[in-house]
Amino acid sequence: MVGLSNKLWDVVVIGGGHAGCEAAAAAARVGAATLLVTHNLETIGEMSCNPAIGGLAKGHLVREIDALDGLMGRVIDASGIQFRMLNRSKGPAVRGPRAQADRKLYREAMKGALKEESNLTLLAGEVDDLILERDGSVQGVVLADGTQLIAGCVVLTTGTFLRGLIHIGDDKTPAGRFGEDPAYGLSKTLERAGFMLGRLKTGTPPRLDGRTIDWCGLEVQHGDTPPVPFSCLTDSIRTPQIPCHITHTSVVGHELIRRNLVRSPMYSGQIESAGPRYCPSIEDKVVRFAERKSHQIFLEPEGLDVDTVYPNGISTSLPAGIQRALLDTIPGLEDAIMVRPGYAIEYDHVDPRELRSSLETKRIPGLYLAGQINGTTGYEEAAAQGLMAGINAARAASGKSAVVFDRADAYIGVLIDDLITKGTSEPYRMFTSRAEYRLSLRADNADRRLTQKGIEAGCVGPERARYWAAKKAELDDARKIVADLKASPNELAKHGISVSRNGVSRSALDLMAMSSIPFSSLLRVWPALSGMSEVVREQLEIDSLYAGYLNRQDADILAFKNDEGLMLPAAIDFAAIGGLSAEVCEKLKRVQPETLGAASRISGVTPAAIVAIMRYVKRGSAEFGD
Amino acid sequence: MLDTIYALSTANGRAGIAVIRISGAGAGNVLRVLTRGDLPSPRRAIVTTFWAVGSEEALDRGLALWFPGRGSFTGEDVVELHIHGGTAVVAAVLEAIATIPATRMAEPGEFTRRAFLNDKMDLTGAEGLADLIAAETEGQRRQALRQASGELGAVYESWRLRLMQALAHVEAAIDFPDEEIPDDILKIVRKDILGLKTEIAQHIDDNRKGERLRVGLNIAIVGPPNAGKSSLLNFLAGREAAIVSKTAGTTRDVIEVRMDLSGIAAIVSDTAGIRLAKGAVEAEGVRRARQRARDADLRVVVLDGSIDRFERDSVYLAPNTITVLNKSDKGSHCAEIPRGDLGVHRISLIRGDGVQEFLSSLSRAVQALCDVGSAPVITRARHREAAADCCDSLRRSLDAALPELMAEDLRLGMRSLGRITGRFDVEDLLDIVFRDFCLGK
Repeated sequence: MVGLSNKLWDVVVIGGGHAGCEAAAAAARVGAATLLVTHNLETIGEMSCNPAIGGLAKGHLVREIDALDGLMGRVIDASGIQFRMLNRSKGPAVRGPRAQADRKLYREAMKGALKEESNLTLLAGEVDDLILERDGSVQGVVLADGTQLIAGCVVLTTGTFLRGLIHIGDDKTPAGRFGEDPAYGLSKTLERAGFMLGRLKTGTPPRLDGRTIDWCGLEVQHGDTPPVPFSCLTDSIRTPQIPCHITHTSVVGHELIRRNLVRSPMYSGQIESAGPRYCPSIEDKVVRFAERKSHQIFLEPEGLDVDTVYPNGISTSLPAGIQRALLDTIPGLEDAIMVRPGYAIEYDHVDPRELRSSLETKRIPGLYLAGQINGTTGYEEAAAQGLMAGINAARAASGKSAVVFDRADAYIGVLIDDLITKGTSEPYRMFTSRAEYRLSLRADNADRRLTQKGIEAGCVGPERARYWAAKKAELDDARKIVADLKASPNELAKHGISVSRNGVSRSALDLMAMSSIPFSSLLRVWPALSGMSEVVREQLEIDSLYAGYLNRQDADILAFKNDEGLMLPAAIDFAAIGGLSAEVCEKLKRVQPETLGAASRISGVTPAAIVAIMRYVKRGSAEFGD
Repeated sequence: MLDTIYALSTANGRAGIAVIRISGAGAGNVLRVLTRGDLPSPRRAIVTTFWAVGSEEALDRGLALWFPGRGSFTGEDVVELHIHGGTAVVAAVLEAIATIPATRMAEPGEFTRRAFLNDKMDLTGAEGLADLIAAETEGQRRQALRQASGELGAVYESWRLRLMQALAHVEAAIDFPDEEIPDDILKIVRKDILGLKTEIAQHIDDNRKGERLRVGLNIAIVGPPNAGKSSLLNFLAGREAAIVSKTAGTTRDVIEVRMDLSGIAAIVSDTAGIRLAKGAVEAEGVRRARQRARDADLRVVVLDGSIDRFERDSVYLAPNTITVLNKSDKGSHCAEIPRGDLGVHRISLIRGDGVQEFLSSLSRAVQALCDVGSAPVITRARHREAAADCCDSLRRSLDAALPELMAEDLRLGMRSLGRITGRFDVEDLLDIVFRDFCLGK
């Protein structure tokens, strides 16, 4: 301990969840002397909710994290026990990789990955307070035992530990995760600094003993064969693969829930904070969709050699006895042993409008926040923020500028921009519908979008840099080849490809854009194309598939980048701009948008107001008139 | 914070009463200063004396009304002063207000702009209000009032909601593949989009009635030289708008007169006589006459009914044409006349024969061309373009091969509609997704 406290850390990360792990690893990769402090080293990388990573939009985030050499993709590849690519029947932009995880393997793989980082040290301890400089910037942290750790930057990733309160029926227990203590000290620290805090709620289902579930007759869901990895550095999945099962609630169970609604803290008024729309409790489902006769439940195994099962779909905070009675009404679960009841948890979060796009707080320079503390939900959302906070804290500690991705670059950009401009009134989850440029932000091209940027940011290690250099060279070559290979309609007809006979030669790239022409028939025309790797061919085909739409989107992106390019001065006085209503002024003052584009995305800020701000900034004077 | 603005809301000049409107956070203070008393109860007229600022002089005695913010027209605190309409009284009261700090004279349209900024009306409402104030004819007034009171906005809003629901349902199918979304959801969405597309197409395909009513109906008087076209224009305008002379070819260019034809604004153009022109100047006049006749919403073809020959022209038979055989006082020799689809009238502008029948026929034709019926119609080209763009996007969305491309087109459609009604927010979309489907585990 003495050794640690004498050292000057570049970055101290508080919290060992998904945000904390990525933050610490990223800071270390960038080259910062990094310390990760968490309550308990055993729970590093713990999946406190369901044992799965990815899905639509979330899978996209994981691929982006991976493209920036983050850990999540590689760790789930080492611990996944069922992989599925969702939306196979739809286009590549909306396909999302998802995997069930073995919780224990995931923790071990995460810890293993952290231990490999040469600049990173792990420490078990509780952080009680921040040390602030005279000028208000952060200087380090104080542990519960009084130890002071001096650091250039601090990344706070304390999840739901801030004044966490667990509800099961009428019982209320202060806790962070089940069985772990909440953190009070930091909550007070943040409040004292004047941060606007909000309170959110989320819930989990009961956990079951899989040995006591009657699996016969339940619908079986197998994973993909072969499983598709998350990380482009993983060549194949080696963990054994097992199926999930699906069962359903019934009208008898719904009736039981209705009769006992008053005993659910969410309906009795005991919980007032907002829960997520997209993750309703079974109480919510039964009340809001009263006409439904059943709701599906995914029985997700928590691991290969553990017997607990996570019944995804019946999150609840009803008293334990009612939960037990509910299980009696569900096929297959009649005799299942409830290892632990479901619960709802309330926790404090910081209004993310307190943050800059680097995830540094506006109030305390040097302090970065990432993960659930910012009002998000989900491992992937947390990890994405952790990665960015880690990169930026490490860069700031060595005097470098922040790295920011925008909405046209990455889902990471959409996520952070939404948070800092709009705030959130429910736990924020990523959906593909949040991304305006969804056709460009695909899971399959995350490396094309981000790896080079990551190399420039300093967060990409040598192995991935080599991989990317090779792939990029192959892509560039292939693109040139298919653009250069040309054939006239007559030549094409000889190979059974019919195009309109206007005498105009077509390139292989042109033909790839036509969905009616399979790649195999192009090989007959140009056998040389067979040398192209599957990965590269797929990229060219996807680009062609979306070509018309992408061209239109590129024009949008250009306009978007223009607005993003107009920086608003940090000291801008919105009240001095003529033509803004008091309400709009208030909103702008609260968020302090960094760019004109960000200002335009604040809800309630009208196009007229944007024009006024633009003229004001461009003119650089207090005068404004029509 | 915005300034408190004030302006004389009634017309300048001597009148029985004049109304001064004050809007902004300082409006209540202005009223307190002028009346030297407390604020009256909201929305109740009180009789009061208005005092000069800084002297013991009474300026006028009149009515004052107090409208506290949010509920008021602009959404801000608003005060109305009803004073006597003398020039000196108005000037004195305006001057008194000007001496109160943080007040300034409003710029033209500023009250409406504040109402728009404070979400008291959408863009179509604001445009309707501008039209209402500018309305000169009964038809324009009626249409503008309907638009200002939000009827047109309601139509666009209903499209917006339907389109947003369609998009939300596609998004639900995309973002929640593992959930219990109905299998045929995209089929249902396609049906909805087809219905909406048809409705928007019908709305666009209105022969520009609403725009005609707002901007004015274009009527062209055409015909051979010396048939009495300019006389007809003068008769309709009731003043000497076009020079009338017996020399054929007097009207070399197009002459326009704005007039009110049975409550509908019309722009009537007198054009050069159509014949084989002598010289470049006349030829240009004839070219313009034909152009104007083709572009007009309604044509009145004036022929000299007393002669038996004249040069024929294809524009005389264009749809929406009334044929007038003038000079019936000189007898009727013309046998083979080109008959306009809206009827033929024998008249004598000199004697007044048949003129009443012609006028009522013209009036009926004008009414029919601007008959907007009971449904609100497009009043601006800007709306038409946006609606047409939206329609295009919807058409493409129906052809899209993949759900995400369908969503892409629907988003573009939303954006086009947004140009009329304001932008859309993805949160609204998600609200629908989670309202309509039970999602999430």
